[in-house]
Amino acid sequence: MITLQSIITLAYYALTAAAAALLIFNFVKAKSWEREVLYLIVLVPFLLRVFHLK
Amino acid sequence: MPRPGLTRKLLLGVLATAFVAASGKSFYDHRHLREPVVLGPGVTRVAKLSEYNPTIAGTANDANLYVLEGREPGGTIFVFGGTHAEEPAGRLAAWLLVEHATVERGRLIVALSANRSASTVTRPSAAYPATYTIPTAWGGQTFRMGDRWTNPLDQWPDPEVFIHHPSGQYLAYVDIRNLNRAFPGRPNGTLTERTTFAFMELIRREQVDVAIDLHEAELQYPVINTIVTHQKGQELATMISMTLTDLEGFNIGTEFSPLNLHGLTHREIGDHSQAVSLLFEAPEPFLDATRGRTNADVLLSGRDEFVVQAGKKGLLFAPIDEKGWPIATRVGRHTSSVAQTLETWTEFNADRGVLAKNIPRYADLVKHGVGHFLLDPGQAPAGRLAYE
Repeated sequence: MITLQSIITLAYYALTAAAAALLIFNFVKAKSWEREVLYLIVLVPFLLRVFHLK
Repeated sequence: MPRPGLTRKLLLGVLATAFVAASGKSFYDHRHLREPVVLGPGVTRVAKLSEYNPTIAGTANDANLYVLEGREPGGTIFVFGGTHAEEPAGRLAAWLLVEHATVERGRLIVALSANRSASTVTRPSAAYPATYTIPTAWGGQTFRMGDRWTNPLDQWPDPEVFIHHPSGQYLAYVDIRNLNRAFPGRPNGTLTERTTFAFMELIRREQVDVAIDLHEAELQYPVINTIVTHQKGQELATMISMTLTDLEGFNIGTEFSPLNLHGLTHREIGDHSQAVSLLFEAPEPFLDATRGRTNADVLLSGRDEFVVQAGKKGLLFAPIDEKGWPIATRVGRHTSSVAQTLETWTEFNADRGVLAKNIPRYADLVKHGVGHFLLDPGQAPAGRLAYE
């Protein structure tokens, strides 16, 4: 169970990093300021997870 | 020529980075706040919990163990606060033992942060304050406010159902991170289980006679203002309860640990070691679901008008009025209960007695407040300072 937990945790952090990268990509490509703000707001908790802060 | 919108993107990016940095710093500062403990004259050494299970070395849960040894041989009593890190009276009562108690006979072992990881996070969506400060004559001491469960940064994910080891009992999924549902633990389990296993090893190897777990509870919870005891400690707990109620000026009851409710200290320590296990509960209105504003003032003053209203409607299991349940009252209940446990245990078991003095009692706490008894780390002699 502990091994499975470790695998899930690693996969979770990999997915979180991938989602954060996707949000940053979308932010760069966005044309309207509303979209840009939206992507940044959604990005914040992902970054806090990736950096192991929350 | 810069692309249209590039300046805006840069500005928004800087703003978002500043927001992440500020929020991240607040979480980081809370998780890494160093709480100074002045080693009182009774502390003879400071050990680490990982000595009893090396798999927790280097983790957030490698707690300090403060050992207070007397000159005369006797028994061993283990007191631990911070099993639930959102119940500060337990930690503070243990703190005062370390900073003030001197042991004449036997040995006292004290842990201030039984689930240290839980003290590095607050409850999601509950608006808990990250810290609270106890005012003192030298300025004040700031402590981490914590949560009931191990920090998910240290143990994650949770299963859909927590199957307790070794009973096989089904418990709520989140309680896989609850130290007081994970006893007796196992050496290679989750971090919480490895921590409880380390405590069990400490209790077994050090031949602890009595283990005392210090808690607080919401007033809507029926187990409150009481000593919960394993069946091995029924006579002891009853005598402690009667003596405290008679001599100290506060009422405290006795309840017996249910035989089939597993994972709790009052059940598992008694079942899986030679020790008598006791759990003390003091009232903490801050934890009541009907509370209003959730801040450090309510945490420390124990005053909340909505909880008072709940009391007037007969919804509570402990009395409360506009004066609330101040932290000094709650800590005093615990320190007096510990002191009385030492005395009563020694009366019952002369050959395994543990005698200590200079433990601040309930009346002292009510009169002077908790801050009066917290020692100034700036004045600590060289080598007499530890950090939680």
